[in-house]
Order: sequence, then structure tokens, then C-alpha cells
Amino acid sequence: MLSFFIRRFAQAALVIAVMVVLVFFGVNVVGDPIWMLISPEMDQEAIEKTAAALGLDKPIFEQFIHFVQGLFQGDLGRSFVHGEPAIQLILSRMGATMELAVVALLMAIVFGLPLGMYAGLYPDRRSSRMIMSGSILGFSLPTFWVGLMLIMLFAVMLGWLPASGRGQTVSIFGFETSLLTLNGWQHIALPAFNLALLKISLMIRLARAGTREAMLMDYVKFARAKGLKESTIIRVHVLKNIMIPIVTVLGLEFGSLVAFSVVTETIFSWPGMGKLLLEAIQRLDRPVIVAYVMVVVVLFVVINLIVDLLYSVLDPRVRITGAKA
Amino acid sequence: MSQSNPTVATPVEPALVKQETPWRQFVRTFLEDRVAVTGLMMLLLIIITAILAPWITPQNPYDLGTVDLMDSRIPPGEQTMEGYTAWLGTDGVGRDLYSAILYGLRISLMVGVVSGLIAASFGMCVGLIAAYAGGKVEALIMRIVDLQLSLPTILVALILVAALGKGVDKIIFALVVVQWAYYARTVRGTALVERNKEYVEAAQSLGLSKTRVIFRHILPNCLAPVIVVLTVQTAHAISLEATLSFLGVGLPQTEPSLGVLIANGFQYMMSGRYWISVFPGLALLFTIVSINLVGDRIRDVLNPRLEK
Amino acid sequence: MVSDVLEIRDLATHFMTRAGVVKAVDGVSLTVGRGEVLGLVGESGSGKSVTGYSIMGLVDPPGRVVGGSIKLEGEELVGMDNDSLRHVRGKKIAMIFQDPMMTLNPVLRIDTQMTEAILAHENVSKKAALARAQQALERVGIPAAAERLKSYPHQFSGGMRQRVAIATALLNQPAVIIADEPTTALDVTIQSQILAEIQQLCREMGTALIWITHDLTVVAGLAQRIAVMYAGRVVETGLVDEVLDDPLHPYTRGLLGSLPSAAIAGQPLDQIPGSTPSLGRLPPGCAFSPRCRDATEICRQEAPVNRYFSNGRQARCHHPLSTIALVATTSDT
Repeated sequence: MLSFFIRRFAQAALVIAVMVVLVFFGVNVVGDPIWMLISPEMDQEAIEKTAAALGLDKPIFEQFIHFVQGLFQGDLGRSFVHGEPAIQLILSRMGATMELAVVALLMAIVFGLPLGMYAGLYPDRRSSRMIMSGSILGFSLPTFWVGLMLIMLFAVMLGWLPASGRGQTVSIFGFETSLLTLNGWQHIALPAFNLALLKISLMIRLARAGTREAMLMDYVKFARAKGLKESTIIRVHVLKNIMIPIVTVLGLEFGSLVAFSVVTETIFSWPGMGKLLLEAIQRLDRPVIVAYVMVVVVLFVVINLIVDLLYSVLDPRVRITGAKA
Repeated sequence: MSQSNPTVATPVEPALVKQETPWRQFVRTFLEDRVAVTGLMMLLLIIITAILAPWITPQNPYDLGTVDLMDSRIPPGEQTMEGYTAWLGTDGVGRDLYSAILYGLRISLMVGVVSGLIAASFGMCVGLIAAYAGGKVEALIMRIVDLQLSLPTILVALILVAALGKGVDKIIFALVVVQWAYYARTVRGTALVERNKEYVEAAQSLGLSKTRVIFRHILPNCLAPVIVVLTVQTAHAISLEATLSFLGVGLPQTEPSLGVLIANGFQYMMSGRYWISVFPGLALLFTIVSINLVGDRIRDVLNPRLEK
Repeated sequence: MVSDVLEIRDLATHFMTRAGVVKAVDGVSLTVGRGEVLGLVGESGSGKSVTGYSIMGLVDPPGRVVGGSIKLEGEELVGMDNDSLRHVRGKKIAMIFQDPMMTLNPVLRIDTQMTEAILAHENVSKKAALARAQQALERVGIPAAAERLKSYPHQFSGGMRQRVAIATALLNQPAVIIADEPTTALDVTIQSQILAEIQQLCREMGTALIWITHDLTVVAGLAQRIAVMYAGRVVETGLVDEVLDDPLHPYTRGLLGSLPSAAIAGQPLDQIPGSTPSLGRLPPGCAFSPRCRDATEICRQEAPVNRYFSNGRQARCHHPLSTIALVATTSDT
């Protein structure tokens, strides 16, 4: 097990290193950000001063080395726009994004799993076919459009839920969370659902396919031969088997949830990393872009590791042979 | 026991059924599902209207001379200053939505299809090379593919477009970068399976060159999954382009795709002028849904395991 | 007969497929006495497995038991509602399948899969159920049973997995066990081991056994009586030694003749010409007639009825082979 972990860590480190190089040089190809930050009346001297203050006048390799040095110290430069250290900026917004992503993931499981299993157990029923058509709709619709429609329906026309912003937050163990107040839930409901829709559809399809396949397996027949109740068979035998691919996929999809939050946060004005990124791109705030990418890459790597771990916990075949290998 | 007429043991022969070509069989099975056929009809309608756009619209929304600010925000069905009926209303700068949608469809479809085809070709070549080269080359290529696939498409596209700027060619490039890895992986998987099949051994034993074996024998058998991926990915590409345009980093305002139109209409949503966003949105929706329906059906038909 | 634990009459199981009705089991009658081993023999497609499933009530749609009667210890199973059937399954009749890797759920532990068989029928404590499971494993010869209970199916070899399946089947001391080709997927040496063990176990516990197989040699050493199936019907029944020494039905004769052990070295194997018929398109008359070298006109036109002979032997043929005196002819369909 230990060698397995070490190998994965090494791989992860390599990935991060590659990303660092790619991102830094990629982002620095973007136009000259200095033009965004100066007024047309500034003379050459003032421009050069600003450039020097932000470190933009040095040759690019020097900037890169400076950057890597800063990386190890946890300093990824200061935001051109906000003036704060970029990494701090990102991390301060990360909590909001994580909250959104976690709630969306939960919605995907709570809505998607039972619907998908139902469609898998009774594939020929009309309701099952409707569920499947709904799932096609679910991942066809672009996230931003669904968000617009949700706002139009629930906020403008019905007035049930707010269209933007995060609700009241409560501090727990140093973390801010809006999930402990009704107001908080009201605010998170629409954006989380918007984000979750794609995953719900995915979940439905996965659960359905998995259930269908599992029900045809011999061990279900054998369980029936033992005289078990059908509900017990589904609960104990089928569920455990389909959880393995579902957990794997969901885990990997969590990363995409965080990524897609860019769109949702923009539409719903949710104060998370995604919204920050978009603003940074529009204003060519390089350090923030770089910091965002670094944080996301690390996040992905961590998620991948956790999913691998979970997989070995859930599937005894992997666990035991992995240990022996 | 009678000795007469020892029976000749011939089992009953079924009458010879006229063989269907695989293409006909595919088409026939495809058409069995009514929902898919509806999707196909929708898709054809969309494509045809998009192609015929210049001839069936009252206005060319890119020609600023015909766009009058006085015509802005007219609700659906009313007359405009220019003298035509805006069946779907006009947007914030006076563009007739019906025309803008059709022209926008053209761009959206073009971007989606072109990027899909380029990504497919490139991805297929990479996949075939990987499958055939084997060893370290294959391992390296697949590492890159896996890396590309593990990154969420929207982030990669966003950052690429941010770096490259606006413009149709740049969007297509970004979309290709985001899609090629999927094809590479699919094709490599299929090629690996095909490579071990007997007809390849047969072709090789006949002395055919490696290239010929790859392109004339293995490739056609890999096409089936590629077609499935192509339909689904095209829908995804169109959706992605719309998202990017909506966020303001996609296509420019001068050549509005559906995403740009929707973005422009966002601000009017609260004030009840819903049509500016909703109609382009519906057009986008129908396009993507119909492509997905068709792609889903193709996948089901081509998948032997699901045949009941 | 009163001592019969299982009595099947005219069982019919049909499959309503798109291509038409497939009569997988078409009028099968069998009896199994208490503690007796019956070998159910036939090629693939003969309907032997479907017969087994029909008895258990495990026929998957589009198949259905459409007629006949199955009496288990006097209780009629055909037409029973699902709930009552469930109580019978696993308790009074148990089944063992062919591929033990697939019949055991790979993600659940052995003890879970064994105790659930007990807990589904009796209200005992988990501890008690575990103890019984351990006992059962020991009885089938699995060493270190207590630890083995905690392991997963893939940690066992094929033979051991099948032993686990057998142990599970015996847990509730059923009156009948139906074994559907349980040793086909195993090594020949393991095969004979398991055969011997299961024979002994059934004898000890007084459990009747229906052994479904296509392999006559297996049946020879194991069963007391044999029933031969062809195209959904039983074509011959009788005591094993008598049937194998002196077959009545041409199909049985053909099966015996095509055994490699019966071949004369250097001469081609004596095979039955033709192939098994597709059950959706059976010829009129005797289903075996296209392949039978003694078939006559009547064979091709009229389906033969079951004829009874001395010593409980039966054969479904217009021209049975032997010259044993006929006892009586009954017209079952």
C-alpha cells in the first residue's frame, strides 16, 4: 500500500510541475496587462514605475524563477486589480465554491441515484422512459441557460427564491458556511441545483446502466434461489455493486463541478473562485489566473488520490490484490 | 424394426433470407425509435434553415446599415421601423431576433462541426499511432491524453481563449484542443482490439504494408465508435462555445453566435423582455437536444451488447 | 408415490419471444424420492436447466410456467403467489449453479452471503447464524472455516467456491437440492472430489438431489435414477444401471454410443447425425425423428406417448429398443 501511495504522490508532483510551467508561460502570452491598469494620460515614466512595481519589466525567465521561488514560499504574486496577494484572494473565495460544489454533489446523489435505480429496475415502464428522456435533456442543456431559466422561473415569475448572492453565513470551526440558516439555503438552492443538473443526469444514466447490468448477474439469481426478499437483494447485493463505478465517476466529476462553478457563480453572483477567475480573465489579472489554476490543479490531484483510496475501500478485489502486489 | 427407407438425417433448412447490407440494417434499426427520428427531423430542419438563412430572413444582422436602434426591444410579432414583422422580436440594438438566431445558428453549427471534425481527425491519427507503435511511444501519448482528459473542458477552453483572444479561428482552436483527446483514447482502444483480430493477421500475412493495414483495414472498423463520439462531442462543442460567448470570452459581438445573443439579453430578463434571451436559448436547446438524441440512438444501435 | 418428495406432472414452460413461442419445457413428468439422486441428462437446448429453474420458480421473463403441477412434499408450487414461493425457495428446495464465481457476489463477504440465506427464513440471532454457517463450511471440508467466513469470493479457488455454494444450499436442510451442472466449470480431479462429497452429504442428511448435466459419465457414478431429456421432453427414465446398460430410446443409445469411452480405437466416433432442433421450430411427430436411423412414417407424423415398462422404466418412443415385456401403456401427452 505504501509504495502505491508514494508512486501516486510522485506522479501528482510531476503533474503539478508540468502545470506550473505551462500555466505560467501560457498566461504570460496574454496581452500586456499594463495597459489595463494605466490611464491614457500617464506618461512614460509613470508607466515604467508601475511596471517595475509589479515586476513586469523583467525578462520572462527571471519572472518565472521569481514565480517559482514565490511558489515555495506560498506567494503567488499580488493581484493587479485588487492589490492583495493572489493566493489569499483565491483561498478566501474557495470556501464559497466548495460549499456550492458539495451541495451540488449531494443533490446529484439524492436525486439521481434513486431515479436511476428505479429506471434500471423497471426499464419498460413509461415513467422510466420519461426519466431517461429527462436525463438527456439534463445534460444537453447548457449550464448557463438552465441558470437563466431557473432565475426567470423561480425568482422573477414566482418570486420564491433569490436570484443572486450568498445567504447568511455562520462561522463554525473557523469556516464560514451558509448551510445553517434558512436564508442560506434559500440562496444556495438555485445555484446548487443549476450546477448539479448535469451531474444528476449523469447519475441517472450511471445508476440505470449499473442496476440493469447487476440485475442480470448470476449472484442476483442465486440470492433469489436462497429465498431473499427482492428489496433485500436490491439493497444489499445490487447497491453495493453499483456504488463502485458511481463513486469513482462522481469523485472525478467533483473536479468538474468546481470548474463549472465559473458559469454558475457568474450568473448567480455567487462570491466564489469561479467568479473571481472570470473577472481576472476579463481584466488580465495574471497572478490571480495563475493562482486559480494552481489551486485547482492541486485540488484535482487530491481528489484523484481520494477517489483511488475510496475505490480500494469499496472493491475488495482491488484492496486485497493491491496489498499483495 | 422396419428396414425400409433409412431416414437421411437432414435437419430442416431455413429458407435463404435476402441479406441486408450493414448500412440498410443500421438505418432500419435507427428509424425504429420514434424519439430519435423526431430528433433527426429537428436536426435536419435546423441545418436546412441555417444554410438557407440569407434567403429566408428579412434582415442581415451583421450589416449594420440595416440595424436601426429605433427598432430595439420590440416585442414578438410587431412591426419594425424597417418595415418587416419581427416575429420573434428584436434585441437591445435593434437586430431582428429571427434573423439573428438563424445567422447565429450558422456560426454555432459551423464552429461545432468544424472543430469536431478537426479534433476527430487529429485524435484518430494520434490514437492509431499509439495503438500501432506500442511500447514507450504509446505510453507517453496515452499519458498526455489522460492528462488532457482529466482537466475540465471549460477551464482549459476558458484559459486558452483568454490567452488567444476573441475570434472564430481561436475558438475553433480551443475547442479542438479540448476535444481531440477523447477521440484519441476511443480510437486507440478500438484499434488495440482490432489489431488482435484475425483479419489483420490475414492482411499482414498477405504482405500488405503496415500503413495499408492501418488505414484500409483497421480504420473502417474504428469508425463506428468515432461517429458516436462525434455526434455527442459536437453537441458539447456547440454548448461550450455558447457558454464561452455568454461569459464574454467567446465570439465577438460583431458576429454574434447564439451565446452572445443570450448574454446580451440577460440584462433585460428582469424587466420582462424575456424574448431577447429566451428565443436564442430555445434555438440552442433544440439544436443540442436533437444532436444528442440522434447520437444516443446511433450509439444504441451500434452497441451489440444492448441488442435484445 | 407417498415417499416421493418431489412430484412433477406435465410441466410446461414456454418463452414468448418476438420470433414466436419457444416451448422450452413441454410436458415433463418426473418423480424424486426422499434422499434419492436423480440425474437429469440432455444436450444444451434440451430444456433441462429450464426445468430446474421452473421448479425453483426462477424462470425469467419472457418465460413462464404455463401448465402442469409441481408438488413438493405434497404442496403445489405452480400458481403459488410470489411471497409463499419465496418461503419455499432456499428452505425446502435449494439450487446450486454452474459458475460459482458469478453466483457469489464479489463485493460481499462469505459470511454475509451465507447468513442471509438463514436469516431470510428464520428469526435467529446473527451469532447463531454465523455458527451454523461455520459448521456448514466445515462439513464441506473447508479448512480454517472461521477465518474463511470473513473472506471474499475471489480469495477462493473454483472448487472451494463451489463447496461454499453447496454449504449454502445445505444450510436450511432442504428436502431437495437442484444442482445445475455444478462441476462442469471445474477441473476433472476436483470434479470427482466434489461429486463424492456431495453424494455423501446428501446421504447423511437425507436430501434428495437432482443433478442436471450433459455428461453421462458423471451420472453413472452418482445417480440412482436417470431421466433423459430431448427437445423439452423426457424421453427415457429408469434406474441408472439399467438405462445405461440397456437403453430403450434411440437417443439414449446414440448418447451412449458417442461417448469416447465407447469408441473402438481407430474407428471414427459414432455420432448422432444432424443437430439439436431449434425449439421454436420442432417437426411434427417425434422430435428426434429427423436424426433417428430407425424412424418410420408414424414417427414423423405422430408424437409418441410415454410408455411404461417393468421396474419403473419409461420411454417415449414408437419403437423402443429393448425386448422387456410391456407392462402397460398410458396415454400421457
